[in-house]
Amino acid sequence: MRMLARKLPFYALTFVIAITIDFFIPRLMPGNALDAVLAKAGSQMGSPQALHALEKLYGIDNPAGLPTQYAQFWASLLHGNLGISTSSYPTPVTSVIATALPWTVALVGAATVISFVLGTGIGILVAWRRGTWLDSLLPVTTFFQAAPYFFLAFLAIELFAVKLGWFPYGLGQNQLDYQTGLAPGHVADVLDHAALPALTIVVASAAGWMVGMRNQMLTTMDEDYVLIAQAKGLPKQKVIWYAARNAILPSVSGFSLAIGFVVSGALLTEIVFSYPGIGFVLYQAVINHDAPLMQGIFLIITVAVLAANLIADFAYLILDPRTRQEA
Amino acid sequence: MAVSTTEPAAVAAGTAAPLRAPRLKLPRSPKVLIGLGLLIAFLLLAVIGPLIAPYNPSADLAASGTPQPPSAAHWLGTTQTQQDVLSQLLAGGRSTIVVAFLAGVVATVIAVVVGVTAGYLGGLADDLLSLLANIFLVMPALLLLIVIFGFLPASSDDLLIGAIIALTGWAWGARVLRAQTLSLRNRDFVESARITGESTTRIIGWEIVPNLLPIIASSFLFTVLYGVGTYTAIAYLGLVNIDPHWSWGGMLFWAQSVNAQVNGYWWWYIPPGLAVALLGTALALLNFGIDEFINPRLRSAGLTRRRARQAGIPARFPLGVTPVVRLPAAPTARLTPGAEQVDTR
Repeated sequence: MRMLARKLPFYALTFVIAITIDFFIPRLMPGNALDAVLAKAGSQMGSPQALHALEKLYGIDNPAGLPTQYAQFWASLLHGNLGISTSSYPTPVTSVIATALPWTVALVGAATVISFVLGTGIGILVAWRRGTWLDSLLPVTTFFQAAPYFFLAFLAIELFAVKLGWFPYGLGQNQLDYQTGLAPGHVADVLDHAALPALTIVVASAAGWMVGMRNQMLTTMDEDYVLIAQAKGLPKQKVIWYAARNAILPSVSGFSLAIGFVVSGALLTEIVFSYPGIGFVLYQAVINHDAPLMQGIFLIITVAVLAANLIADFAYLILDPRTRQEA
Repeated sequence: MAVSTTEPAAVAAGTAAPLRAPRLKLPRSPKVLIGLGLLIAFLLLAVIGPLIAPYNPSADLAASGTPQPPSAAHWLGTTQTQQDVLSQLLAGGRSTIVVAFLAGVVATVIAVVVGVTAGYLGGLADDLLSLLANIFLVMPALLLLIVIFGFLPASSDDLLIGAIIALTGWAWGARVLRAQTLSLRNRDFVESARITGESTTRIIGWEIVPNLLPIIASSFLFTVLYGVGTYTAIAYLGLVNIDPHWSWGGMLFWAQSVNAQVNGYWWWYIPPGLAVALLGTALALLNFGIDEFINPRLRSAGLTRRRARQAGIPARFPLGVTPVVRLPAAPTARLTPGAEQVDTR
């Protein structure tokens, strides 16, 4: 428990710093960068009053000093107010994000779990069968790992959607199908639309888990207790299980490094597929210079990534008895 | 763990003079050689690419509005506005590679300064610097970059872009370097340098950093890899200048803007995507080599069944990760050419 007591303030501090960065980014821009962004936003909103309010929000012609603005920024955040989206004026940023978030959580969550299980499993196998043809998987997966997610998405669309016609591309569901909820046809349709984006994310991210697990497994297999287990004549599965469950710990604690990459990559994948999640909304925000929406998405995703890290820390606590004993 | 002055492989190979400083000696596995070859090819491309581009990458060469597939005049076809894809690919390599390497250099310098200082000084400085690194590590970096570049006017300044990318990419290296410095700090040779009264800067610069070289190299390659990926992503989103300032991510932006992947214009998006993937693969393969140098247990190349049989190792060696140990008789008696290779790597 002591570990969590140490981790919680860290995440709280990171959260505060993320918000502070979010506050300062537009204000630290050189010269007229912010003016240009706001001018574009003003033309979308078509209302001089709204533009003036926005300028004031970003500290232009605002009599209140920076500390006051910072306090106001926090106050509105704590009231759940992330501002008004300028590209879909006058919808609040929170409701734009709320519409998109479930799509992303479902897609990225499922794809991450699949790729973690798949990658870790293959990593164990490759380590155990070291020196066989399985070693040649490494350079291949390296290629998939190095390729940008969105490039793999391009390929998936051209190959599986256009050439072979196996799956639909674009959007999250059939636009002509007005069913919602859990009607069987609708669920199948949604899964059908999620197949290619999920495949892209799994292919691109499984390699990372695989290489990490392989390297840890190789190191663990050299430990004396594994050798003894083998020497005692334990069944091979059991020996692998002993080694693997110790080797997996760094994978869990390395989660923090990976999850940020996976989420960022998944957001870009959504853009290629016009998938109705946060990534696509982010793209719209970027091309429309929708400053409040960009900032809101940064905050929401940062919070989500921090939460995922906290969960990984919990998992580590459960998986590794040593962390509990030391407390 | 890393390199000590008595690196056994170097001594066994008989190439290094006894008192020579430790060198970064990569295992000569196919992985490393392919990686190195690819990387040199890409660096060459960065230098001469824009010069050998057959057309002006931004020039509209004809009036027709549909992308043309590869032909004798345009080896990689043309884009929507009849620009030459090959010329864009050749011209775009320079910016992509320059930004990635700049990001790598800047981030590695920050990582070394922060990581080694934190590890060597310890105490409050360590706590604060580690905290800083950990915060940057958990924050979704690409998203932060998207927001920063979203507010900046579309830039074509490679140095600025590289520096901003570096700001989000140094933390991982700093963490690894800190951990390694911690383990070096109390070694005898550092201790004796301290007792003889050498200054802290000299100890860090002459005793510690040379022993961190493989890890610094690995973290540099990792950051360059990160720079390639993030710069491509940012250019793909159109957040930097992408027309006169060509990059591979920018090409993907234009391809995406007319749905090249749906319309089957594969010659337009496959070359830049493949180039990014190959550059990334080259860096990752080299990194494998350095990983295997740092941690010899990870070596697998050269340890195929055939080689193992030649070395007299039983065909099944699920636990035989260090084959030298498993040689049944005295190694000198059984050295065959194959075994020598396994031995001295």
